[in-house]
This record gives sequence, C-alpha cells and structure tokens, in this order.
Amino acid sequence: MTEGVAHGARATRTVATPRGPVAEFSRAGELKAYRDMLLIRRFEEKAGQLYGMGFIGGFCHLYIGQEAVVVGMQMAIKPGDQVITTYRDHGHMLACGMDPKGVMAELTGRRGGYSKGKGGSMHMFSKSKAFYGGHGIVGANVPLGAGLAFANKYRGNDHVSLTYFGDGAANQGQVYESFNMAKLWSLPVIFIIENNRYAMGTSVERAAATVDFSHRGASFDIPGEQVDGMDVRAVKAAGDKAVAAARAGKGPYILEMLTYRYRGHSMSDPAKYRTREEVDRVREESDPIERVKKRVVDGGMIKEDELRAIDVEIRGIVNAAAEFAQNDAEPDVAELYTDVFV
Amino acid sequence: MSTQILMPALSPTMEEGKLAKWLIKEGSRIKPGDVIAEIETDKATMEVESVEEGVISRILIAEGTENVKVNTPIAVVSADGEDKGEASRPNGGGAAHTTAAAARPAAKQEPAQPRPMPRQEPVAAEVSPGGETITQTMREALRDAIAEEMRRDPDVFLMGEEVAQYQGAYKISQGLLDEFGARRVIDTPITEQGFAGVGVGAAFAGLKPIVEFMTWNFAMQAIDQIINSAAKTLYMSGGQMGSPIVFRGPNGAAARVAAQHSQCFSAWYAHVPGLKVVAPSNPADAKGLLKSAIRDPNPVLVLENEILYGASGPVPKVEDWLVPIGKARIAREGTDVTVVSFARGMVYALDAAERLAKEGISAEVIDLRSLRPLDIDTILQSVRKTNRLVTVEEAWPVCSVGSEICAQVAIQAFDYLDAPPAKVSGADVPMPYAANLERLALPNADHVVEAVKSVLYKD
Repeated sequence: MTEGVAHGARATRTVATPRGPVAEFSRAGELKAYRDMLLIRRFEEKAGQLYGMGFIGGFCHLYIGQEAVVVGMQMAIKPGDQVITTYRDHGHMLACGMDPKGVMAELTGRRGGYSKGKGGSMHMFSKSKAFYGGHGIVGANVPLGAGLAFANKYRGNDHVSLTYFGDGAANQGQVYESFNMAKLWSLPVIFIIENNRYAMGTSVERAAATVDFSHRGASFDIPGEQVDGMDVRAVKAAGDKAVAAARAGKGPYILEMLTYRYRGHSMSDPAKYRTREEVDRVREESDPIERVKKRVVDGGMIKEDELRAIDVEIRGIVNAAAEFAQNDAEPDVAELYTDVFV
Repeated sequence: MSTQILMPALSPTMEEGKLAKWLIKEGSRIKPGDVIAEIETDKATMEVESVEEGVISRILIAEGTENVKVNTPIAVVSADGEDKGEASRPNGGGAAHTTAAAARPAAKQEPAQPRPMPRQEPVAAEVSPGGETITQTMREALRDAIAEEMRRDPDVFLMGEEVAQYQGAYKISQGLLDEFGARRVIDTPITEQGFAGVGVGAAFAGLKPIVEFMTWNFAMQAIDQIINSAAKTLYMSGGQMGSPIVFRGPNGAAARVAAQHSQCFSAWYAHVPGLKVVAPSNPADAKGLLKSAIRDPNPVLVLENEILYGASGPVPKVEDWLVPIGKARIAREGTDVTVVSFARGMVYALDAAERLAKEGISAEVIDLRSLRPLDIDTILQSVRKTNRLVTVEEAWPVCSVGSEICAQVAIQAFDYLDAPPAKVSGADVPMPYAANLERLALPNADHVVEAVKSVLYKD
C-alpha cells in the first residue's frame, strides 16, 4: 500500500492525491507524456464538437480529465501486452497507437473506421495494436481481460493484460469472479480501476459500501494500491511495479487510479449531480496536462515554444482525423451481412 | 421383522446398474452408514450405505451381476435374533417392508463400463453404407471428439466445473486430465459468468477453448458473455476479432430435477446471429458435430442431452469423423408427412414413425442436428413432397424452434401444404417435480402419432 490509502476517505469533494512514488521522466519521457495526453484531450474535444454537429450518434463517452491514467500505464508496458477496457475507450485506443483517423471515422460510422463503421464509439478493436476493445456492458470486459492473461500464461509468454474498468463496474459480481480466478491461477493481469468518482450520475459514496477500491482484492490476497491518476509520473511508477510483478509470475495486481472526468458520463448527460465549482477546482488544481506543462516549463527542462509546436502538430492531426471522418463514405450496404461469421 | 434392501438410484437418470461388489456377507451385522456394496453405472462407481440396523440374512443378487434394475431387492436384513426363515419370505406375514439403500460416490473413480439404458433408445446414425463402425455411447463419442481435437491442436483446451479431477459431472471428460494434464483440462470455480468470459477472452487471443457448462441451466448466469462478447465481437470489430470457442453441456429436460434444472434453451440461442447452435440426437452426430464445432472459427454451442448420454449407436470408424454444421439429416424417408425434430425429440419422432408405418402411414423424419444455421432447404424439399408438417421438440411452445419452422414453411411453401402444420412441444409451464406432472409436461411418441394423424385428417 502507498501512503495514499489514507486519502481514499469517504466524501472528499476533490480528487484525492496519494503521495506514492513518482517516476523520474527524462526530457523525452515528459514530451511523450505531454504529447500523448494532449492528443487524447484534443481528439475528445473534437469528438464532442462533431457530436454536437450531429456527425456522431448514439452514446459518446469522453475521456477528458483522465488522460494521465492510460498514458502512464502505456509507458509501463511493452509491445504485445494487451489492453482491454469498457466504453470510455477513445483515449485507450489513441494511447495504444491506433490511427486517430480510423477511430474518429468509427465514431462517425464510416467505412474507414476501425470496425468499418459497424461498432461505433463503444466497440472498437485493433488486434495488431493488441487493443481488445471497447466493450459496452459494464464489467463484462473484466473476465475477458483475465482471459487474455490466461492465454499468455497458457502460451508461456511474459505478456501482461491491462484490464481497465470504472468505479461503477467495480461493484459488478463478475469482477470478483475474475479476481478469484486470476489469483487462483496466478494470471498476469493488472486490474486498473479508473475511479472518476461517478458511475454515470451516482457518486462512489452513494454506490459503494467501501470506497477504497484498492482494497477490493483483499479477500483474494491480490495486492492493491491507490494511485494519483492525475499525475502521469505516479501512474507510470505504479504501473512499473504492478507490471513487473505480473510479468514475473506473481499474478494479478489492482491499481485504483483516482481520477476525474470533466465532461458528463456521455454527451447527453447534463451532469447535474455535481457542482460546476467541483469540476473547476479539479481542472485548476490537478489537470494532468497542465501539471506536466508547468513542471517542465517552470523547471526549465522544456521551453514553452516547444510545447506550442506540439499543440500545433496535434491540432493538425485531430483536424485531419475530423476531416476524414466527416467525408469518408458510409459503409457499403453489402456490409450489413458481412462479419457475422468468419 | 425383515427388510429388503433395494438397488438404489445413483442419479436422476439411472435406471439400472452393475452390482459390482458386496462388502458384507450373509450373517454380517450392519448398522446405518456401513458401506455394504459397490455399484457401477456407465458414469461412476458408487458405494451403497446401509440405512438399516441388523443382520444380513440373505443376499439376493450375486456380485458381478449386470443390468440390475433400480428398486430390485438385492439383500434382506433381519432385526437381531430373528431367524433366517422368516426373512426368506420377502412378503411374509405382511411384516416385511422395503428400503432403498443410500448411495454415495466411491472414493475412487473407475473406468466407465458403458452400456445402454432402457429409456435411452438409440437413434440410428447416418453412417456410410458398408462403412466400418464401432458402437459407442454418446458420452464416449463426445469424449473421443474432445480428445481427438486436443491431440490435433495444442490451442484447444477444456475448462469448466468438475471437468478435470472429478472426470466430469456427467463423465464426458473421463480420462482427459490423465492424457492432457492440468494445463489443458482445467477445473474452474463455480463461476459461470466469470469463466465463460475468461474463455471468450482466451478465444480473442487466439486460443480455442471448450467451455463446459455442467448444464445449460447454469449458463443463464453467463448468457451475457455468450451473446454480447462471443457472438457479437466479430461483427462489432468489422471482422478483425472473432471468438473460436465452443460452449457445451447437457440441455433440456433431465429426470425429476424440476423447473430450474430442466429446460431447453434451443430457441434462446438459435435466435442469436453470430452463434452456431447444434443439438445432436445420436453418438455419431454428437462426435462429428463436436469435432466440427471445435474446428469452427466461430462460437458454437453444443446442446447435449443428459438422457441421451448413455444411449449407444454406431459411430464411423474413420480417421476424422466430421459432421457439417448447418446440414439436417433425413433419418427416415417417407411420403405422407414430414416430421422435423432434434435431440431427444428424435426418439419420439422415430418411435412414432415406426408405429405409424404399421398403420400404413409413411412419415419422413428429419433430424435438424443444427439449429443455427437452420437447414430450411431440406425441410422445404420434404414438405413439397409430403405436403404435411409436424414439428417435435421438448422446449416450451412459444417462439420455439418448431414455431420458426412452421413460420418458414408457411412463408416459403404455403401452396404445398394440404393441412395446417402441427407442433408437438413441452407444456407451457415450468417443469414440475411430481412424476405424473412431469410426464404430462413432456412430449412423447403418442403426441407425435396424434399430431401426424391430425394433419392427415385421420382419427
């Protein structure tokens, strides 16, 4: 346990900040974290815009505010390690290196999307990037993630499965079935609980009998830690430790990422269950991107101009993705009946 | 007073067994809880415990006797001090009463000695004329299918409750742990949703899991993983990522296990695009369909039947016996009426056809074998010839496989029908426990004969 456990107290109204270890980032590491988080932020802002314009339909769950979690974890793994998550998945796909054009075109339901337009926001996959979805049923991806880890163990390789889910999913029964089997069979899986404080409109305090999710593996003897999910270096440090343990055959690990989503649960959520001030306070005090920026600029490691150049580059990438996603053709009607069976 | 000890039933479906060994002799003193005999069925060896106190005055069935029917008196126990003379008159003086011995599993699992059970009428398999066959139970045929595919492909593994050390709740996986080891034959905790999901995840990663549900009743806990994760992912991923997985286990009514353990899920799963569903009625189809299912790159559900597990039939003795998924089989040719069924319904359908033949009515019986894809062409072709249709199934009647067939035939062959189709199905109620009510809730050959006569306008 890190010292942070004590900060998981009930009814705190800001993001708790456990003072766990942080990874020391090189200049290149800081730049990569900044760039990857910024890509997710700008991409999601654009997705929100396209949703408002009617280009994206259905459900669209934005990852804005939580970027440090997936970017930090991604910096802790190696190619071939698997990633699987629930429906708030755009950030995970971009962090896995999937093409923003293909992701955005899937959001708009176009043929150039990762699922040829047939999956949508919540159901996207890339086998070549080891991204296994993108699952719409809360909690259902957790046994699937344990199954990916099972395959690693069966094959005798040293890959690990990063299985993400939220504080809401953490109350689902199959999560604990997965914990049990993962520990029983010593599966190389990291269960990453992204605690953004609200399961749709229900705060963790109103849904969970105990709100420290890092303890949820205690009865299975799975080690767990609370991590400042707004600090990419803290995420990376916790990820390094958990991944090393899983890779070494020590079985599963639970990382509870204390994080926050700035936007509503989905685009159609007016977020009346929390105050504007609460959101603003998190943005001001703990924004994961601003934290990197302030750290590297104030510390003299990187000049602001250099970061501005990254901003420009990212805007270009995101605008090109949006352009592609708006102009790409819809799927051929013949695609209606394809991909039902192999 | 003397008491008869009766041959016990060791499972809901057991009707007879072998009295393998007596552990007592005439004259032995016994008390409740003493192990007095060992009994073998094709599934397991069980110990028989006494529930009586007294002295064994006579042994009525010698050890080694096969096919001893449940409830046959096997020994007589006398209360202390009584002479053997009275005990030798089983109904003497009205004082005798009977008692069934209690049974418990033997500590050791011995190799199965398969033999057919009376209620488990074998259904003739489609085997190439003149081809060499061996006689096997469906249980053995399923085991062989799994073993052969596991030998063939190292990515195939079996997981489920009691599949390994216990050798399978219904002994389908007998011997597999010994041959393939604990890495590939995996006992799971009782956690259907969880292990179904673990199986699908492993399939996403390219392995080929066989997930056994102890019965399909328990798979309702896992139905989200079967449908939302296994069936839909290929489509949702634009063809990138499929689930080469088999879910299998006994489906449909067992015997006297009541509502929560006796239910046919054929219509539930046949409804779902992205799944293939097979339901074999005989050992040859069971083996060939299961082997095809394991090789199929899509999720395939194998709906087996507990009552049929012990039924024997010919299985082709060939290197690789594969039955194509999606192809029905004409089990009996005929001209007057088309009877369509699957799984245990085939027992009633074929029995009825035999009886109808004696009355001069020629029924063509089609065994669907696969419920999705449904081989509607074979049915239509037959109906165009016979002009009459009867469907037979154990499931509930509403939105059933029979309903779908009737609808398809009405839509695609309406002009060929000389009578409205008839459906034979289970009663539209949860399965009752009482023996008489259970009989009423299930279809039988009489119902099929009646239905055939109704579509032929005969009385």
